[in-house]
This record gives sequence, C-alpha cells and structure tokens, in this order.
Amino acid sequence: MTMLAVDVKRTLPNFTLEVAFSSDGTIALFGPSGSGKTTVANLIAGLVKPDAGRIVVNGDVLFDSTQRIDVPAHKRRIGYVFQEGRLFPHMSVARNLDYGRRMNGLPRDDNDHDRIVAMLNLGHLLTRRPGKLSGGERQRIAIGRALLSKPRLLVLDEPLASLDAARKAEILPYLERLRAEKLPMIYVSHQPDEVRRIADHVVRLEGGRVAAAGGVELLG
Amino acid sequence: MFDLSPEEWTAIHLSLRIAVVATLCSLPFGIAVAWLLARKKFWGKGLLDGIIHLPLVLPPVVTGYLLLIAFGRKGFIGSWLAEIGIVLAFRWTGAALACAVMSFPLLVRPLRLSFESIDRRLEDAAWTLGASPLKVFLTVSLPLAVPGLIAGTLLGFAKALGEFGATITFVSNIPGETQTISAAIYTLTQIPDGDAAAGRLVLVSIVIALIALVASEWLSRRAGQRFHGE
Repeated sequence: MTMLAVDVKRTLPNFTLEVAFSSDGTIALFGPSGSGKTTVANLIAGLVKPDAGRIVVNGDVLFDSTQRIDVPAHKRRIGYVFQEGRLFPHMSVARNLDYGRRMNGLPRDDNDHDRIVAMLNLGHLLTRRPGKLSGGERQRIAIGRALLSKPRLLVLDEPLASLDAARKAEILPYLERLRAEKLPMIYVSHQPDEVRRIADHVVRLEGGRVAAAGGVELLG
Repeated sequence: MFDLSPEEWTAIHLSLRIAVVATLCSLPFGIAVAWLLARKKFWGKGLLDGIIHLPLVLPPVVTGYLLLIAFGRKGFIGSWLAEIGIVLAFRWTGAALACAVMSFPLLVRPLRLSFESIDRRLEDAAWTLGASPLKVFLTVSLPLAVPGLIAGTLLGFAKALGEFGATITFVSNIPGETQTISAAIYTLTQIPDGDAAAGRLVLVSIVIALIALVASEWLSRRAGQRFHGE
C-alpha cells in the first residue's frame, strides 16, 4: 500500500496550486520559496482545505472532494513540526511533550516517552519553561512533542530554517535517527544537503506544480 | 467613627454580593462575546459591538430606564420572566443585572484584545496534536488570554461595585434590598448629620477598591511568571 497519495488543487487570487504525487518512506517536498511546499504540508495536515482533490495516507482517505470527506486536523494523527517550534509558552517542557497524548486520550506509555526523551536528549529540560530555551532545544522539544502524539506520519516544515549552522548540525543527527526508525515523514526544505541526508524520495515543486518526482538524484 | 451601623454593614454586604454575582454571571458571556468579536466574521458584528459598548457612552440613567422598560414587571421581558417566577424590578437581582450590563463593555474589551494578540499558529499546532477546536480553546487560547481575563474581571467588578445611575433608576434605593454603598452614600449626603456615616462608607469603598487592585496585580504577575519564567 502506498504511504501517501496526494492529488489536490487550491486556487488563490494570484497563485494556483495543482499538485499530484504518491510515494513511500521519507518524502522531501523540495523547491524554492513560493513554490507551494508549505501549502502542500498544510493541506496534508488538514490546516488548509483544498478546493478539490484527494489525500490518502496508508489507505485512509483524509480528504476527498467528490465523496465529501474532510477529516478534521485533530483526527488525522499527523504530527507537524513547524519552522518556529510553536511550543506552548504557558506549559512546562514536560507538559508540552505530553500534550498530544492527553488530547488524543492515549494511555501513558513510559517506554515510548523515555525512549524519545533519551533520543532527543531532553531529560534535563523537562521541568523548564519554553520561554528561555535555545532555538535548537525548542526545536528538539517540538519534534519530541509531535512524536509523542504517536502520529502515523510526521510532517516537518523547514525545521532547521530558523537555526544557525551550529544548531542545524545539532538537530540533523536526530532527524537521521527518525529516518532510520522508518517513521513515515514528509520533509519540507529548499536545502539539497539537508534533503540528501534525510529523504528517500524527492518531489520537486515549482510555481505550485510538481516539476519532477523521483530519488535524491533530482537534487542535482 | 469606625463603628459601622447595621444598615451600613447591610449596604456593604449587598454591594459586594451584587458586584460578585454581576461579574461571575457575565463572565461566561463576556468570554464568548470577546471570542466572537476577536475571531469570527459574521453579519451584524458591528451592531453587536455597538450594542455592547452602548452603556459606556449612554447616560447611565438612560440605560437604567431602558432596563426598566424591558425588565420591569410590565416590561416585554419582565412580564414574561414574572410568569416563570423571576422578578428583577426593585430586587437586588435587578441591581446585579444593571451592574452586569453597565460593566459588560469593560469586561469584554481587555479579553478581546488578549484573544486578538494570541499567536494563532499555537492554536494550529495544538490542532495538529489532536486537540478538537473546543480543547484548543480551553487548553491554549483561554490560558493565554488570562492577563486579559484578569484585567477585564477587575475592571468589570470595580464598575459593578460603583454603579449608581442605572441601578437607582432600574431598582431604586431600597435599604436592605437594592441600597448599595454608592446609593447609601448618596442618601446620607441628603440628610443632616449624615457626613460621618458617609465618610465611613467612602473609606470602605477605597479599601475594597485597593484590595481588588492589589489582588489583580498579584494575579497578573503570577500569570506573567508562568509564561516567561524558567
């Protein structure tokens, strides 16, 4: 079964997005800014609604305009790591990490929790508030928070874009570990070197359309 | 000088009861209206905004008179309420209604500003983590609007405590039923030798206002620490 099949159309006043692709494993949405990468990520997560089309994840139809199916974002089980972390400032790191589990009504899973906290090296941060953490720490927590909601697919939208080179080097190994764990991922980026380290498949977008789809050789 | 008479105690007790009931009862509506005005686009939004702010700009006597027309025993809402056994005219509950209406714009405004200043991307993040829109509101939006909630509650409470014009027009000035501190002070200034008693009630008003101010300052600081601390 194909992990992800997308065929969507969305028209804005001065931009038309018309994108179709299907793939497995770790998929990179690659392209220059303004090519529609983030919009595609938002459409898959359910934050933006397509005008028409179909989105299927692991055989589950999340959106189908002809069948009038539109699963709301909170029922899609798609973890989303945003460019700017978006941690909840009024909660401790531990509460942030636990948020998805509580909202989904999942039972406590200490093994999973401890494994992810150890993998992302978050143990010493649990009692802190997000306000005064470094960009790299915040982004690791954001990744942990998304993972702990037990998503069936993880969307990462330029998770390294707001970090400096040293912080990027700090986060990349964690992302490579996720790839090694075979968690289905969509990685949005315009950096070929990042994509090469993280993705198996590449969908190259240009001006709201798929310019090419295939392996990492597309990165040139 | 500081021996309060039973009548004065009654007025203080009544004032606090009316202000607390008015504030607590209007809080859920205030939160809902502030949210609607901050986030939703709907037909008649400008009208709703205007009606809510009307008590702020109308002479209080006019608001009180309108309440009397609407909620008096023969009023179009009052007569209907009387049939199910609720009478507001010349009762302390009517005073609470007048205070709630008068303080509503002051309650809504800071809350609305708080809702407007929330980073909506945090709400999207909560949504993708499995929180339904209601849970997003309860776990993210409302906690982040706590500073506005505190400010609005204090302003509304202070207004309700000091309301005079609309209250006296709607429910009159009946000792033990609708005579609040403000109304009692007004009565005392109208009689000879009322100065000492009026002075005592003025002092009590200042103390209550200061306590409310300090309490809200303390709560805001705690809320601030929660957001920005370690």
